[in-house]
Amino acid sequence: MSFPWANEYKPSHPLMQWMDEKLPLPRLVYNAVGGGYEVPRNLNYMYNFGFLAGLCLMIQIITGVVLAMHYAPNTLVAFDSTEHIMRDVNWGWMLRYGHANGASAFFVVVYAHIFRGFYYGSYKAPREMVWLLGVVIFLLMMATAFMGYVLPWGQMSFWGAQVITGLFSAIPLVGDPLREWLLGGFAPDNAALNRFFSLHFLLPFVILGVVILHIWALHINGSTNPTGVEVKSKSDTVPFHPYYTAKDGWTVGLFMLIYSAFVFFMPNALGHPDNYIPANPMQTPAHIVPEWYFWPFYAILRAFTVDFLIVPAKLMGVLAMFSAILVWFFLPWLDKSPVRSAKYRPLYRKFFWVLVLDVAILAYCGGAPAEEPFVMISQIASLYYFLHFFVIVPIVSSIERPDPLPFSITESVLGHDGQAALGAKA
Amino acid sequence: MAEDAGIDTPTLAAEEGVRRRDFINIAAVSAAGVGGLATLYPLISQMSASEDVLALSSTEVDLSAIEPGQAIKAIFRKQPVFIRNLTPAEIAEADKVDVASLRDPQTLAERTQEGHENWLITMGVCTHLGCVPSGVAEGEVKGEFGGYFCPCHGSHYDVAARIRKGPAPLNLQVPEYEFLSDTVVKIG
Repeated sequence: MSFPWANEYKPSHPLMQWMDEKLPLPRLVYNAVGGGYEVPRNLNYMYNFGFLAGLCLMIQIITGVVLAMHYAPNTLVAFDSTEHIMRDVNWGWMLRYGHANGASAFFVVVYAHIFRGFYYGSYKAPREMVWLLGVVIFLLMMATAFMGYVLPWGQMSFWGAQVITGLFSAIPLVGDPLREWLLGGFAPDNAALNRFFSLHFLLPFVILGVVILHIWALHINGSTNPTGVEVKSKSDTVPFHPYYTAKDGWTVGLFMLIYSAFVFFMPNALGHPDNYIPANPMQTPAHIVPEWYFWPFYAILRAFTVDFLIVPAKLMGVLAMFSAILVWFFLPWLDKSPVRSAKYRPLYRKFFWVLVLDVAILAYCGGAPAEEPFVMISQIASLYYFLHFFVIVPIVSSIERPDPLPFSITESVLGHDGQAALGAKA
Repeated sequence: MAEDAGIDTPTLAAEEGVRRRDFINIAAVSAAGVGGLATLYPLISQMSASEDVLALSSTEVDLSAIEPGQAIKAIFRKQPVFIRNLTPAEIAEADKVDVASLRDPQTLAERTQEGHENWLITMGVCTHLGCVPSGVAEGEVKGEFGGYFCPCHGSHYDVAARIRKGPAPLNLQVPEYEFLSDTVVKIG
């Protein structure tokens, strides 16, 4: 938000002044992520994941564009071209491992970012649009990651494509024709691989576009902060540059350490050995699982094993899996509590941590074989997941007695707030 | 758009009812709309199965080497087809099941052709999410009902490849086929 006390962009060099008159792009950057953007002074490290997510998107786009120079999206050569990248292309192994682990890193960062939002009530008015756009980005990320995983055309690629496109066949009446249309055939084959490659290349740029909207919407009202109290005076904020550029830079360093440890020392830790077997449409691997970042949703899909009234189990599972994300769209209106931050919501805070545990349990079950006791645990955990959003959050927001809020961000930091108190008296 | 601030606007704006400009606007927008939809159609249609994919729609299989109790995997539309030579005991077992109790009620006779009741020909594609069930080759897991078992999400099919347990909604699909002779079948 452009607070009245924000620094103004004043180019001193004649060239920059000339530029500012013709195309004020440096001014836009200055006001968006520079000294002209005022940000609450009390953001903690949980607020660094947005910047890291942007970094991950850049890593994925850069490594991806480069990989596309060597990869061939044809079922006859896709697997071989992937191995060609790994063995023959200069630094190809690093680029591919960087891209594959970059996807995992992206999801780690984005899950942290989303749960930060759950905890601090970032989705609440007036920032609903920021949240809604974020959910759109997450859905696009899931589609992009899924299609990217199909490209090496290994066994997991092929059977992942078969199972995920099979979800669409659960839709009554139009399901099977829809699936054949999506695949361009009766099973995943060249047509599907080609279009997945095309869309996998396109979607990151769509994500980039929505990210720009996400940041634009964020800057209308400015960031939330751990107190959830809105900015009241100049003493509540600091300029994004140098304060948060420096802080984000430091976590970029930490992130790169962990990311590099995966890329260089355990590049296949998060992958599946079966994907180093070329795709075989005649043989399903004994245990097929999606990548780890889909596990919670996969567990919900598999939790439905019996027909419910007239709805077949398969359709129920598919509906539940999509609803698990779509419910986030309604969160700003399901949570009616005017207090944003869970720091001052003792009851909600407990349920937040139960939800974290519940999603972790779902993730574990999603990666486990489809047998007892995991099926039953998935069922209970799925039930709780939906209870949280549809029952617990609305009820808690109406019965909870929040703890007293600080008068201002400054007061929460310093214990007193002379400036805002003066302002309030005046 | 319609309210064009052109030079002749004052005289046109003074007229009541339908103006010449309204007709031009509606005609232009309609033409663009129809043109847009007409362009959309090929863009959507191009994603459907192409002619060469559809051309793979039939395949002939020689059954002479399949002994009773054995099964093979053939390929039809680049997907597996299970061809199983049922033993009399298996046929009796399948007929014994109360059809009304099944999720997708079908008798074995409805799933085979008259005169060839021992030949159970089904797609090897689980009706849940499309994995290939096990149970064709000797020693593979056949599931709790002695037919096929899908390892992906745990669907059990019986000897007539009917769904008995697990998330799959339907029996393994029986493709269209005809016997060209006693030992050659044409699928598709």
